[in-house]
Amino acid sequence: MSEVPISHILFVSTALFFIGMYGLFTRRNMITMLMAIELILNSVNINFVVFNKFLYPEKLDGIFFTIFIITIAAAEAAIAIAIIINLYRSHRSIDVESASEMKG
Amino acid sequence: MVSGEWVEKQQLEMSYSSYIALIPLLPLASFVILGLFGKKYLPAGRQGFKNYSGVVGCLVLLACTLLSLYTAYHYFFIDGKVNDNYQTLIPIKYTWLSFSDSLSIDMGIILDPISVMMLVVVSFISLMVHIFSLGYMKGEERFGTYYAFLSLFTFSMLGLVVASNIFQTYIFWELVGISSYLLIGFYYDRPSAVAAAKKAFIVTRFADLGFLIGILILGFQSETLDFNTLIQRLTDVRSPQLLAIASTSFLGISLLTWALTLVFIGGAGKSAMFPLHIWLPDAMEGPTPVSALIHAATMVVAGVYLVARLFPVFHINGASLHVVTWAGALSAFLAAVIACTQTDIKRVLAYSTISQIGYMMFALGVSGYGGENGLGYTASMFHLFTHAFFKSLLFLCAGAVIHIVHSNEMKDMGGLRKFMPITNIAFLIACLAIAGIPPFAGFFSKEEILLAAWQNNTAIYYIGLITSGITAFYMFRLYFSIFWNNTHHSPPHSYRDTTHHPEGTMSMKIPLVILTIGTLLVGFTPFSNFISSDGKAFASEVHLTFSIVPVTIAIVGILIAYSLYFKRSDRPQKVAASLGGLYKTAYRKFYMDEIYLFVTKKVIFNLVGRPSAWIDRNIVDGTMNGIAWTTGKISVLIKGVQSGRVQSYALYFFGGIVVLAIVILYLWK
Repeated sequence: MSEVPISHILFVSTALFFIGMYGLFTRRNMITMLMAIELILNSVNINFVVFNKFLYPEKLDGIFFTIFIITIAAAEAAIAIAIIINLYRSHRSIDVESASEMKG
Repeated sequence: MVSGEWVEKQQLEMSYSSYIALIPLLPLASFVILGLFGKKYLPAGRQGFKNYSGVVGCLVLLACTLLSLYTAYHYFFIDGKVNDNYQTLIPIKYTWLSFSDSLSIDMGIILDPISVMMLVVVSFISLMVHIFSLGYMKGEERFGTYYAFLSLFTFSMLGLVVASNIFQTYIFWELVGISSYLLIGFYYDRPSAVAAAKKAFIVTRFADLGFLIGILILGFQSETLDFNTLIQRLTDVRSPQLLAIASTSFLGISLLTWALTLVFIGGAGKSAMFPLHIWLPDAMEGPTPVSALIHAATMVVAGVYLVARLFPVFHINGASLHVVTWAGALSAFLAAVIACTQTDIKRVLAYSTISQIGYMMFALGVSGYGGENGLGYTASMFHLFTHAFFKSLLFLCAGAVIHIVHSNEMKDMGGLRKFMPITNIAFLIACLAIAGIPPFAGFFSKEEILLAAWQNNTAIYYIGLITSGITAFYMFRLYFSIFWNNTHHSPPHSYRDTTHHPEGTMSMKIPLVILTIGTLLVGFTPFSNFISSDGKAFASEVHLTFSIVPVTIAIVGILIAYSLYFKRSDRPQKVAASLGGLYKTAYRKFYMDEIYLFVTKKVIFNLVGRPSAWIDRNIVDGTMNGIAWTTGKISVLIKGVQSGRVQSYALYFFGGIVVLAIVILYLWK
């Protein structure tokens, strides 16, 4: 069994990134938007891991970065869900369009 | 100076420094306390809580007066004199703003004969007015505020007289101006009072501009603002500063003359000299005790005091001293003429104040420097001293009269002697004093002034002589009209039904009595032993033969007033009619107000005001409005971007990233 070439993995991460991007821009449900953001973050994680493996196999910097990002993503998800819950309480909706009164 | 003497002087100054600062600071404290808490915690008028503010004010002033008297006693009788020469002491000096080694604005206290004399006059008269106001202002709604303002004035005036630095003088000069403004406009619901307050403030402020420019020239040329150093540098013929200021000329007049004349203009504004006098008669809109304190006895003599303070410098510059002389003589004469025609008793007194200050001014003007030559200087200060007593007495009597009659007009009065015997006697004595009848206070000082004028400038002497006759006439016109002249045809007035306290309360009578005693006694002060132009005492005696002419003229003036006003008759009208235009001109105060109105309204407003307003509205405001309009338009344009939709924000964000990425990847070299 031969190794998967780097271009394949990069293709997956790029695809993941743009799927996430598409979801972020088209979905109105905030939970879905949050999931889209997770996709974007994970595409970055894949990039870090794969570049680490192919360019500097003897170092672990990329992997640490990935762990950091996962941690931060968890925190971010917690905050985002807190915001969403509050929004739901005040607006009875988690549609992002319904919370547009914070414009200048 | 020998070093031993110097050390002695230091010790002497130290001995004063422990309490001297309290004299101005006590009234300041009372101002702060009454101003902040007077309304809430010391209310007036409520039963059981009467006049607490007034009592606080009076007690503070009493302490202040006692300290001033103690200082005066110490200075004049115990340790102020060294080798027959009153020295200038500076017990306290604190550098406030320092510009260079020698040029600084200090807050200090100077003690020399005139400042000590002024301390006594200001605090004493202020005390009398404080006590008098207890009765006069009783039931006034803003009683506490009134006393706060009085304290503010007293603080400012005391600070003014002890100023050791010409800029300190200027600061306190403005402070007395503002307190005068506040007190003239005390009855702020009367439009005339508001107008009078504004007029007083603007006219004196205008004159103070001259004062400020004068200070700046003096300070720039002599490189100091300290009075002592300034006088020293500008009187020593060998000093480079004097050489520079006297040899530089502007428009053909030396800079020293300019500076002193400008300083004098400031003094003339405060002291209501022609033609800057127009504010003083209107200032009578204030409460009468205030007129007694500020517009008769203390603040208005600040100009005289200023010239006296700088007298050594004035003396070496004959031209500016001439200005002082003639402004004084002209004011003395014209104001006396106007006073003969006015019918508002306070206005008569106001014009008589202008006239008497004119006397003080020209006395300074004709004075020489040093020893017997400085007779005019001594006489001027003497007159300031005696005038403070009898003029404040006159005003307080007028206040008592107005309190009863509720009118300022002479025609509403007459025959009051039965109702107010104490006021009657006090007013009579004050009138005799101002008319210069021996042995009352005004006689001595006025004779000294006339003597000084006779020795130096005969023309001024004759003006003074005629004026003293007119003074006697109008003062007795006032006296007879108020207290005699009782064949009244008009319906009975409210005061005729007054059954209780016909003369006001005890607190109104006591100051009258004290000031009457003062008016009787102060004339006998051997003034030249204490105050002279160079600090060296000399003996001056009353020259009986010289006095014959002025006293005779004064008596003639009184007799004319007697024949015209003692009994009601139509003679005054006949005399007025026979004088025709002359009477009318004097009655309209030589049309000074009209001239001012013409100059300001027609000339300044049209030629300067309107073009400036146009530039301000169209060019200055136009530029600003244009900038605001542009900003507004741009913000409307970019407002749409901020939609409130999170996803469009994210889109801008990613768009920005993409643009940045393109820039960094392809365009960054």
